Amino acid sequence: MNRHDVIVIGAGHNGLTTAAFLAKAGLKVLVLERKPWIGGAAVSRELHPGWIYSNCSYVCSLLRPEIYRGLDLARHGLQIAPYGGGVTFTRDGDFIGGYADKDVRRREYARHNERDADAYLRYSRDTMRQTRFIRTLLMRTPPDPTSLRWRDLRELAHLGREFARLGETTMGDTIRFYSMSIADYLNEYFESDLVKAHHAGSGIIGTALGVHSPGTAYVLLHHYMGDVDGQVGSWGFARGGMGAVSNAIAGALRSAGGEIRADAPVARIIVRGGETKGVVLQNGDEIYADTVISSLDPKRTFLKLLDAGDVGADIVRKAREFKIRGSSGKLNIALDGLPSFPALGHGNPLVAGDMHFLDTLARFERAYDDWKAGTWSKDPYLDLLIPSLTDPTMAPPGKHFMSVFVQYVPRQVEGRDWTDADRAAFRETVFEQISRYSPDFRSLVLHAEVRTPQELENEVGLTEGNIFQGELTFDQLFFNRPFPGYAQYRGPVRGMYLCGSATHPGGGVMAAPGANAAREILRDLRRPSTVPEGWSDD
Amino acid sequence: MTIPQEHHLQAVFPTPFHARTAAANTLNVWHRWRDYTVADAYFDVSLEYTALRNACTVFDLSPMTKHLITGPDALSFMNRLVTRDVAKLKPGRVGYTVWCDDEGQVVDDGTIFHLREGVYRLCSQERQLDWLHASGLGFEVAIQEDTHDVAALALQGPTSCAVLKRLGLAGIETLTPFGIRSFAFEGGELTVSRTGFTGDLGYELWIDPELALMLWDRLFDVGAPVGIKPMGTHALEMSRIEAGFIQAGVDFLPADRAIRAGRTRSPFELDLAWLVDFGKSHFTGRRALLAEQARGSRYRLVKLDVEGNKPARDAYIYDRRRKNVGVVTSSMWSPAAKSNIALASVEMPYGAPGGELWAEIYYQKELKWSRFMARCTVVEGPFYSPARRRATPAADF
Repeated sequence: MNRHDVIVIGAGHNGLTTAAFLAKAGLKVLVLERKPWIGGAAVSRELHPGWIYSNCSYVCSLLRPEIYRGLDLARHGLQIAPYGGGVTFTRDGDFIGGYADKDVRRREYARHNERDADAYLRYSRDTMRQTRFIRTLLMRTPPDPTSLRWRDLRELAHLGREFARLGETTMGDTIRFYSMSIADYLNEYFESDLVKAHHAGSGIIGTALGVHSPGTAYVLLHHYMGDVDGQVGSWGFARGGMGAVSNAIAGALRSAGGEIRADAPVARIIVRGGETKGVVLQNGDEIYADTVISSLDPKRTFLKLLDAGDVGADIVRKAREFKIRGSSGKLNIALDGLPSFPALGHGNPLVAGDMHFLDTLARFERAYDDWKAGTWSKDPYLDLLIPSLTDPTMAPPGKHFMSVFVQYVPRQVEGRDWTDADRAAFRETVFEQISRYSPDFRSLVLHAEVRTPQELENEVGLTEGNIFQGELTFDQLFFNRPFPGYAQYRGPVRGMYLCGSATHPGGGVMAAPGANAAREILRDLRRPSTVPEGWSDD
Repeated sequence: MTIPQEHHLQAVFPTPFHARTAAANTLNVWHRWRDYTVADAYFDVSLEYTALRNACTVFDLSPMTKHLITGPDALSFMNRLVTRDVAKLKPGRVGYTVWCDDEGQVVDDGTIFHLREGVYRLCSQERQLDWLHASGLGFEVAIQEDTHDVAALALQGPTSCAVLKRLGLAGIETLTPFGIRSFAFEGGELTVSRTGFTGDLGYELWIDPELALMLWDRLFDVGAPVGIKPMGTHALEMSRIEAGFIQAGVDFLPADRAIRAGRTRSPFELDLAWLVDFGKSHFTGRRALLAEQARGSRYRLVKLDVEGNKPARDAYIYDRRRKNVGVVTSSMWSPAAKSNIALASVEMPYGAPGGELWAEIYYQKELKWSRFMARCTVVEGPFYSPARRRATPAADF
């Protein structure tokens, strides 16, 4: 039987989330996935025998606890293990450690700059003020600011109320914050360039902007607005790799009667008379449903899956203009043992945290300069973790899995596609930086997977390899995500919806776009919502 | 203090007195006070408290955050920072104060020690270095945190003066409340201030960490005949509520830590109007406080005498018509005042002195919970303030 109530295109964490909530509402749901495996960019893959790679996203914090609970993901096997802290190494053999313990962290900052140790409290306070505001918006559909519909007015009023609750000082700060660069923001708190560099990475991860580019302060929030069991801003590993997130959501979907078909690439969405009727697979099979939801980014959805003739010129133009530049790469490495980081000394817990090697803002900016010039950073920003120190399922006993996120990496190298030689040279750049701080690292490498934006595009289906499915700049946020008029998850054709990270509230393994989309779809179908309301921080 | 790279291996420090406090801590109960471990109690909380009100006790307050403020502009800096007039604080005197942010909200409270002409020590409850440096822009002033360089003990209780006399501190009985005096001690200097957090006769002793253990030993040697005992933070907490002293993070939220708007308090709202001096030169928060004075405050900190004997822990406060108007921040049965006492923050205009409020009290006996509404009377002044606290010369008991 080739007829379903709902078809979801793409089995990433958001597609699966939308599907699961719709299945819970009693709809007959089919998820179609292009690859033989599910998960999109929240995936675990055994690419070297005995090793599990979280080969795209690699840490978890943003996944909304309302969804975790609402889909019963714990029962479906998802377990998050928080990890403590992070460290930035300096070129002179020292480091600054963001220890999990607040007094130890303070003392560590004081080791480098006494005043910055106290300023960190002010920085955390102000960042938390911004975080608290945005957290009230995550599990809500953005209002259409041009609409006079009752619901939009109510949502606008809610936004206004939350904004007013910030108080005069924070209201002013918020408006500045959204247009600031991460460097300017950090300059308002810290004196030490090292302390600034230690915090700057969160402003540019996944973003094709430099630390001095306006708008990067906001990106910071995408590293603070999550929580692990109420610890706001803390991060953890999904036990078994990030695929555990997708698998648990898939489990929730299946237990609600939903179906996932892998190896089923969609060629086109069928539109008749201005309404969606289903999809055509690349093998020519037609599957019918009155509701079709794309978890793909707007470029793939509006420029590839839909015929230009089925939609207006305006949306085609907006989709073409949507900013989705790739700027990140990744190395996934199987290690024969635990590499040493001599600067840390013996017994330092930071080896299980996130490690970074850019110790000045100037090095960050130069790393961005390389990307602008069309090549990968020759002195890149790395976010390096060894998840197997926390999660024993990732590698055989005594062996380790290392996840190395790399910023900046362009979609094309000097205007052409990546070659094997480029990839080898890129890998060498990263290896060289790690080796400077870990002399035995290289000798422990058993296998390394190199992922540039080209692989992210071709394998995962993220256009240009942008990890957030569209840049997190103010022009593409909230009621402008992905673009004005389409921020409420509805597409340009009746029965067609978007549910990926290209919609509010954006990227990261948050599942909020998927949940919000499900809420809107159920509303259109006049079904009671299965999507939980957001929890309050107050 | 130079911090070694491996400091994380010892996350929490022993205080300079740790060798002695650990030996005395027969209960082995500790908690963290910023960088240090301190004793919650040593042998029995109520006996420690009794020793404080009946003889004297020693409390290790070394972890308290301390700053040394010097330089030609030290006085004008201090006056810009805090709400009271520091020019009136003569060398050798201590003053309690608060400081505010631009909105007139209390950042912290603490004590200013005018150690020598133009040299100030500022003790605070919270970390303040960032705030002090920001406040120091434009002033020729040196601000240094020296928490780790000074060991400190609070010697408090009716026989505390007798102990110091037996220690050989000649003329200590003539030191007036909030006075500072220094004495030679074992080749170093022992600074004594007649200050404390207990509302009783008492002193705080400041010394080089190298001499800390020696000081502890000598105090307990000479103090034994007059009942000296070590005291932990639980008993201190009882005494500070009886004295009516407020605590940062308990009775008010430090303004520079507040994430949510409207959760902080001004000095007026903490019953500290007496600390605000509009007659002096400009200070941070002055404009906002003047505006508040004209407009009226939002809240009032009240001291409550609660009917019955069940502590009003975290209780909601109601007016007579059962409108929720506030909440209790600190509460206890007071052994010294023999009354059931509480500090509460209530919305204006409720809680006028002598007025009546109601506390919703939950308590349990043998796991059976009960709830009742207790009538509260708003009282003024400390709940407990013995005459010996102010008497000079100080008596021997």
